[in-house]
Amino acid sequence: MADPLLIYAELTQGAAGRTLKRSALEAATVARRLADAAGARVVALLPAPCPEGEAALFEHGVDEVRVAPASPAGRYLLEHEAPLLAAQVEALGPALVLVAASPAGKELSATLAGHTGRGLVADAVDLAPAPGGYEATKPVLAGKAVATVRVGAPAVVSLRPNAVPPAPAPRAPARAEVARPPAGDRVRLREVVPAAEKRRELTEADVIVSGGRGLGGPEHWGLILDLAQALGAAHGASRAVVDAGWRPHAEQVGQTGKTVSPKLYVACGISGAIQHLAGMSSSKVVVAVNKDPEAPIFRVADFGVVGDVHQVLPLFAQVAREFLGPA
Amino acid sequence: MTTPPLKTLVCLKRVVDTETRVRVAPDGREIDLAGVQFIIAPYDEMAVERALQLREAAGDGRVTVLTVGPEAATKELRSALAMGADDALHLVCDGRLDAAQTAALIAEAVRDRDLDLVLCGKQATDDDDAAVGPLLAAHLGWPCVAFAHALDVEGRTAVVRRELDGESEVLEVALPAVVTAQKGLAEPRYPGLKGIMAAKKKPLESRRAEPPAARTERVALALPPARGALRTVEPTAEGLRGLLTALRDEKKVL
Ligand SMILES: Cc1cc2nc3c(=O)[nH]c(=O)nc-3n(C[C@H](O)[C@H](O)[C@H](O)COP(=O)(O)OP(=O)(O)OC[C@H]3O[C@@H](n4cnc5c(N)ncnc54)[C@H](O)[C@@H]3O)c2cc1C
Ligand SMILES: Nc1ncnc2c1ncn2[C@@H]1O[C@H](COP(=O)(O)O)[C@@H](O)[C@H]1O
Repeated sequence: MADPLLIYAELTQGAAGRTLKRSALEAATVARRLADAAGARVVALLPAPCPEGEAALFEHGVDEVRVAPASPAGRYLLEHEAPLLAAQVEALGPALVLVAASPAGKELSATLAGHTGRGLVADAVDLAPAPGGYEATKPVLAGKAVATVRVGAPAVVSLRPNAVPPAPAPRAPARAEVARPPAGDRVRLREVVPAAEKRRELTEADVIVSGGRGLGGPEHWGLILDLAQALGAAHGASRAVVDAGWRPHAEQVGQTGKTVSPKLYVACGISGAIQHLAGMSSSKVVVAVNKDPEAPIFRVADFGVVGDVHQVLPLFAQVAREFLGPA
Repeated sequence: MTTPPLKTLVCLKRVVDTETRVRVAPDGREIDLAGVQFIIAPYDEMAVERALQLREAAGDGRVTVLTVGPEAATKELRSALAMGADDALHLVCDGRLDAAQTAALIAEAVRDRDLDLVLCGKQATDDDDAAVGPLLAAHLGWPCVAFAHALDVEGRTAVVRRELDGESEVLEVALPAVVTAQKGLAEPRYPGLKGIMAAKKKPLESRRAEPPAARTERVALALPPARGALRTVEPTAEGLRGLLTALRDEKKVL
C-alpha cells in the first residue's frame, strides 16, 4: 500500500472555544483526491480532543483520526506542536504532510520541513500528483503571478485557506489516541489579549466587507459593520484607514496587512492602490462601491456601484437583509 | 527593564520592487527583469530597524546584516549598513534558491557565530513563502516566533507579541532565538547622507556559497487569469437586489 497522507487539522483556540477550522476540511479534501489517485490512506492529526471536528474529518475523506491530548499551554505553541507533528510523521512516514497556510500553519510546516529535510511548498492554492511527488500552484509577488512548483515526495505543503472548497467523501471512522512527546519550554505564553470585539478571522472568511478612507471618518464605520453583518461577512480596512487610527492593524488588507481570498470581497470607499490589491486580488468575486467611476478598484472588480457610501451602504444592508433573511 | 546589548543578525533579501509590473520572462519560469528596480524586502527592512532600535536602547551591541543572493545584492547590504548596521555578510549565489536551500546556507554560515538573536522578515515579497525564518530556527535548533509585531528584550528573554486567530499573544522566548517581523514591528528609517558615507567604510564580507540540492523546482510562472468585464450596478434598491441575485444564483458566492 502506498505511503499515507497526513494532514494537521488546525483548531481555533482561545475565547472562541475549540472548533475545527474549515481549512482542515479543505486539506482533507485535497488529501483525499491525491490519496485516491495513489491508492493511499488519509490520516489526520487532531492536536486536541474535538468530537465534532473528528466527525467532520471523517465526512471529508479522512480514514483515520489521531487525537492528541490538548497541549499544556491550552493553545497552539510551536514548541509543543512541532514535536507532536514530527512524532506522527516519524511513525507514519507519510508521502505528504498537508497543513493550512495560516500564520500558525506556515510556521509549523516550515519547522517540520527544517527538522525532517522534506521539500516544502508554502501557500499552495492547488496540488496535483506529479512523477515522484507533487505539483503545486502558488501565488507569488503578492498575487501578481502564479508559479507552478514541483516537489519530490516525501513533502510538506501548506495550503492557502479558502482556495479549495471542502467536498464530502464519507469514510468509516477509525480513531486512535496518541501521546504528546515531551515539549520544549523555551517559549512560554505570558499573556493572551483577546480582540476588543469578536472578530471573524479575515484570512478564513468567505465574505469580506472592507472600508477605506472614503468612509470619511471612524464615526461612519458602523456602515461597514452593518453591511458585514447583513452579509454574514468579516470586515477589513485599507491601510489609509489603519494609519489614520480608525481601525486596528489586524483588520488591514494588503501588502503590509493580510492576504485574503474570500469568495466575495466588497470594497467600499477604497481607491484600489496596488498595495491594497496585493492583499485581495485572489478573491473570487469583487464588488466595489466608490463615488469615483475612474477609481482603479473598478479595474479589478466584477461588479461596480458608482455612488456615495453613505447612501449606498445602508441601502445595500437593508436590501441584503430582505434578500438573505436575518444573518 | 533595560535592554541588554545584543549580537543580532538580520537576514535580508534583495527582491523586485513591490510596484513592479510583472511580465513573464521568455523562459516561462521567472519574471522579466528588464528595467526592474530592486529593494530590500519590506519586512526585512522593518527587522533591520528594530535591531537598530534595540542596539540604541542598550547603548551597545552589534547588528550584522546578511544576504544570500547575486553580486548585485551588495547594494541592498550597503543600504542596510547606511541605515546603521555594523557589518555585513554576503553569501554570493546566483540563480533561484528555494527557502530550504536559503535557510541551509544561512545556518551553515552563522552556526559558529556568537549570536543572541536572528531576525528575518515574515516573508520575502517575491516568493511569499514565509518559511526561511522557521526553517533556519529548525537548523540552528533554536526556538522561533514568526509574525512578531512587537519585540523587546529583557535579560536573556525576548518578549514577542503576535496575532493569532484574532487574539494577540505575548510570548517569552529564551535567547538565542529566531523572530520574524510582521508589520508594526518598526518603521524603517531613511539612511541620511552621513549614514550612506559611513556605510562605504563598514566591513562587508563576501564569499561564494554552494547551495545544497533543491527539493523543489519551479516549472512555470504565469500571470493570473484576467477578470471578466466590469458589470455596473445602479445604486438603487432594484440595482442592489439584482447584484445580490447575481452573487447568489450566478456566482454562487452568497
Ligand atoms: C510599502 C507600502 C505598503 C502599503 N501597504 C498597504 C496595504 O497593506 N493595504 C492598503 O490598503 N494599502 C497599503 N498601502 C497604501 C496604498 O498605497 C494606499 O495609500 C491605500 O490603500 C489607500 O487607502 P484608501 O483606498 O482607503 O484611500 P484613498 O486612496 O484615499 O481612497 C479613497 C477612495 O474613496 C473614494 N471615496 C471618497 N469619498 C467617498 C464616498 N463618500 N463614497 C464613496 N467613495 C468615496 C475615493 O473616490 C477614493 O477612491 C501601502 C503603501 C505602501 C507605500
Ligand atoms: N536570499 C535570502 N537572503 C537572506 N535572507 C533571506 C533570503 N531569503 C529569505 N530571507 C529571509 O527570510 C525571510 C522569509 O523569506 P521567505 O521564506 O522567502 O518568504 C525574509 O523576509 C528574509 O528575512
